[in-house]
Amino acid sequence: MRLLIVAPLLIPFAAVALTALLWGQVAVQRAIGVIASVALLAAAVALVAATSDGRVLVAQMGDWPAPFGIAIVIDLFSAIMLVITGLMSLAVSVYALGPEATERDKAGFQPLLHSLILGVAGAFSTGDIFNLYVWFEVMLIASFGLLVLDRTREQMDGGIRYVFLNLIGTTIFLMAVGLLYGLTGTLNFADLARVAPTVENQGALAAVGVLLLIAFGAKAAVFPVFNWLPAAYHTASMPVAAIFAALLTKVGVYAIIRVFTLVFAHDAAFFGPIFAVVAMATMVTGVFGAAMHQDVRKILSFHIISQIGYMLIGVALMTPLAIAGSILYIVHHIVVKANLFLVAGAIRQETGSFALARTGGLWLSAPLLSLLFLVPALSLAGIPPLSGFWGKLVVIRSGFEAGGYLIAAVALVVGILTLFSMIKIWNEAFWKAAPIGTRAIPWTNRQRLATYAPVAVLAAITCTIGIWTEPFAAMSITAAESLLDREAYISAVLGSSVPRLAGVVP
Amino acid sequence: MEPVLILGIGIVTVAAVYLLLAADLPRMLIGFVLLGTAANLAILVSGRLGAPVPPLVPPGAMALASDAANPLPQALILTAIVIGFGLAAFTLTLVVKSYEEFGTVVADDMDAAETEAKPSLPEQKRLVAEQREAA
Repeated sequence: MRLLIVAPLLIPFAAVALTALLWGQVAVQRAIGVIASVALLAAAVALVAATSDGRVLVAQMGDWPAPFGIAIVIDLFSAIMLVITGLMSLAVSVYALGPEATERDKAGFQPLLHSLILGVAGAFSTGDIFNLYVWFEVMLIASFGLLVLDRTREQMDGGIRYVFLNLIGTTIFLMAVGLLYGLTGTLNFADLARVAPTVENQGALAAVGVLLLIAFGAKAAVFPVFNWLPAAYHTASMPVAAIFAALLTKVGVYAIIRVFTLVFAHDAAFFGPIFAVVAMATMVTGVFGAAMHQDVRKILSFHIISQIGYMLIGVALMTPLAIAGSILYIVHHIVVKANLFLVAGAIRQETGSFALARTGGLWLSAPLLSLLFLVPALSLAGIPPLSGFWGKLVVIRSGFEAGGYLIAAVALVVGILTLFSMIKIWNEAFWKAAPIGTRAIPWTNRQRLATYAPVAVLAAITCTIGIWTEPFAAMSITAAESLLDREAYISAVLGSSVPRLAGVVP
Repeated sequence: MEPVLILGIGIVTVAAVYLLLAADLPRMLIGFVLLGTAANLAILVSGRLGAPVPPLVPPGAMALASDAANPLPQALILTAIVIGFGLAAFTLTLVVKSYEEFGTVVADDMDAAETEAKPSLPEQKRLVAEQREAA
């Protein structure tokens, strides 16, 4: 069992080591990448099976008892996030076998991709806030490398913006960790949750919470610290943009949900309204930003921001249903958004451009692609019976139940505006006649298969979540209940007898 | 001791913010390094200062003596320094590369990412090759 708990860290780590050692041996690297992704997915599914009754699995690293060593803690929420990480890793590993694969792999795509997966999996499994900081950095440095992989002018420019804004975010995180340690004398999540309500200086603790909110918010691209995302994502090559869109911002959302349901839960009355305002502003800014752009990648980038707002409704309302809605929404969103970026790559391949003005006629020239675009696009907008409808339904219903009428109304309106952007892409890229000068970039059948297979599988998953929602909804509710059951988490990590040393609080 | 150090952290943070607001990238990078230093000092201060006794558990005891120095912040800072160094090194490389690419270190003069939809990398290569052939 202990090996299973750390497997999501060991598998990508082994993949990084092997692919880095086999630098330049592209074929072997690719095989390792796909095998490691399958293994990660399998391990994560096993973890979901082990935690599906709401149990919390704990592995103490180096056998140090909990508040002193680093604990790896997997509850159902972590396990669900790990499954989705494995799925995305697999989809992108296969998709990256498509066009431009050789240039990418020669530049070191495989080791960097798996470093990113390692950082993400670490952030989802750790039970220690300083360790979370370290995993953030692993993820960040890998994402820097991935972003400027092709070394084009626009990647340099986008990369500079991305790098500097993220550096400031992580330094704020580091500062907050230091101050939190000063106030509580511990870094372990469970121990923090136990100690936080008893801290004398609650004002200072809330200030640290706000610092953490800024740091995680910058990672999650919430209003007003979202600017790095639309400045950079559209410059990355398509597999990179897809994995970024799927996972990076969601790690920020995960950290927000974890920390603010566990450590700052006693202060929910203070943070709830802040989250509500941030969530609404994020939804609205993102969707209007998307409305004004004419480049497929930029439209999709702004929609990431808009959708992050929905995921924050859970922590804004703090009811079990709202948090379950957030979890269901995250799962749906990751699948759909990654898929849209993968489709955008295929659009570029079929028409030669990402600019809507220079694309067109795909409904005739690539009918399968049109169908595969419609599934995630309509799901993103929340059309029944696709997955997005259920995600939005749960989130909005929880809003009405908890009396958050304004936030629920904003969520509804933003859903309609999302449909506007998706129809814009549909009209321009698929429906209108192809403008003169449009020409497909030639590609082989194998590249075509590598591009279409992950798109089709992810579209099938979207349909499955939509049509057969019940098990997914039930699982999110179990995960939300176990997130809100702080006592169970604390006793699982710290054990029944909490060690307490006099005078360790600095 | 602590008030002096806290004042110092404040001054370093102010300097870092000032540098981060600069238009050119090397200054911003130095600002980031300074901000990291301020964060590390903040961790040091929050971990109790001033104990000269080394953090060794006396024989027979189960815990540190109460006047021992706190080893944890030092471990955290060491980790943070290494990470910060790596990030600063990468960023410096990126700044040098973009200076070679754009001929400037002023962020406002770099706008390659903000013009809508450039041709893709293979297209760019093809265009360059065509121009060469024509020449």
